[in-house]
Amino acid sequence: MSAPLSPAIEVEHLVKTYAGMTAVADLSFTVARGEIIGFLGPNGAGKSTTMRILTGYLPANSGTVRICGHSVATEPDAVKRLIGYMPENNPLPEDMRVSEYLYFRGRLKEIPRRKLSPRIDEVLELCDLKRVRHKIIGQLSKGYRQRVGIAEAILAEPPVIIMDEPTIGLDPHQILIVRDLIAGLRGRMTVIISSHILPEIEMTCDRVLIINRGRVVAQGSPADLRREVLGRTTYQLITAGPLAALPALLVAIEPSLKITAQSEPDATGFVTVTLSSERTEELGEALLQALIAHAFRIRALSRAQPTLEDVFLAATRRSWDAKLTPEKAPTAAN
Amino acid sequence: MKHFLTLLSHELRMLLVSPSTYIASTAFLFFMGFIFTGILENYTKAPQDVSPAHVFFQLFWLPVFFMVPLLTMKCLAEERRLGTIETLLTTPVTTTEVVLGKYTAAYALYISLWGATGGFFYILKRFSSDPRLIDSGPLIGGYVFIAVSGLLFVAIGVFASSLSRNQAVAGILCFVMLAGLIVGVRWLGEASFLNRDMLAPAKAAVDYAQIFAHYEDFTRGVIDARHVLFYFSGTALALIFSILSVEAKQIHA
Repeated sequence: MSAPLSPAIEVEHLVKTYAGMTAVADLSFTVARGEIIGFLGPNGAGKSTTMRILTGYLPANSGTVRICGHSVATEPDAVKRLIGYMPENNPLPEDMRVSEYLYFRGRLKEIPRRKLSPRIDEVLELCDLKRVRHKIIGQLSKGYRQRVGIAEAILAEPPVIIMDEPTIGLDPHQILIVRDLIAGLRGRMTVIISSHILPEIEMTCDRVLIINRGRVVAQGSPADLRREVLGRTTYQLITAGPLAALPALLVAIEPSLKITAQSEPDATGFVTVTLSSERTEELGEALLQALIAHAFRIRALSRAQPTLEDVFLAATRRSWDAKLTPEKAPTAAN
Repeated sequence: MKHFLTLLSHELRMLLVSPSTYIASTAFLFFMGFIFTGILENYTKAPQDVSPAHVFFQLFWLPVFFMVPLLTMKCLAEERRLGTIETLLTTPVTTTEVVLGKYTAAYALYISLWGATGGFFYILKRFSSDPRLIDSGPLIGGYVFIAVSGLLFVAIGVFASSLSRNQAVAGILCFVMLAGLIVGVRWLGEASFLNRDMLAPAKAAVDYAQIFAHYEDFTRGVIDARHVLFYFSGTALALIFSILSVEAKQIHA
């Protein structure tokens, strides 16, 4: 066995091309043991490809991937024993019963026959599948199928779990169950999940990795990302008064504070104004005092919490922009 | 190879619980029974030179053309269409184990279907007054031929299934390959252009691969090592190509 302190997943300079199309371009990241990491990216960003390479299902063109210190390229057998994988769309055989399927998969994953039955019971309990254990998978609803996929991935208690869009197509209630399930694995297993559903990732994941066009465009905890990618704070103000004087007033409070959007006045003369500042400190109090001093009537002032969605959009947009300007430079460097 | 038995028992179990297996078996036995009755009717009209078993097994190509594609077209094509091949190959199993497991299960079904036709001969023996109708030589030779040639036919079916994710395409590919092997080679053997001296090695190769000629030898009780080797090496080749095909599709997915 490798040193116990080697990270769960190490990816270095991973490149994968399909028929001239670059799906993953020089991707590098590390995931510590016990961490839950979210993989975000628009369609075609290379999320699924990266996950398939991590499992050893697809070979990479270049770069190295190590799972718990074992190289995927040179020790595929060792790596397959360390992972639980749920692919995109969660393919399952249609004509097997849930318990039969888990038994078969458990045997393939080399769980000793003696331990398999109690482990299946445990997993069925964990995924709330006890009621459907004798049902045929083809007749289950989407939420149950998804949970069967998760049950299968965690069956052998692998140190690393890779799930490609585990919550796709589920209703909010089922998403909640799946989220709790994943959160329940925290600390025991390293989990890497990809998703389009941003609040999902924000709630379950310790760290988020945003990739676009096969590159990491941002990474860190959701809070770090907000600060780093957006780098400014937004306030929303509903007010009435001498609006023409407002910009000058704002600059007096904080030089970078400016109006980014302004609505039409409503029936009572109030206007909704969106302000933005490059400073991250709270400016609310100063703002209120200054506005009242200048005879503004205020109905509301709030500091807008940027969602991960804003971060995601900003980060991916930033990477598109970066691609547009120095188009030649990275290719020449390679 | 430690997952081979797990995979094989899984495949056999899936065959046993699938209604299509029973429908296919019933249809097969109905069809073969129809042929067998036809043969016996000929014997009631006029005395024949050879035993009914000989005539019965001579028609082996008829069920082979239809049954082998139907039995094998699903095995790898379906896995890939559903995407379950991805979950299968990310467990500690090798492609070789997967292909061999599926092949062995399909072969077991093929053999048990043919084995069921043994009932026809049992009924004939039980109810006919003429013991000459049951000639054990061609009967045993015929079953040995079916078992040995089946190895190759089913392997070809598995190979065809590894080439496409569409079951219908896999089935048609398998049919064409089997027809080429059984009927095409026979036609080539009769073609006169191969009789030139320059093409003598090609002619020898075509003669070696005459499946109908192998059949004649088997029913006469001649189990020629060269024939057996032909089927064994052909089977090995088809299975190796199936494994390579599955792996190649993975690389160029």
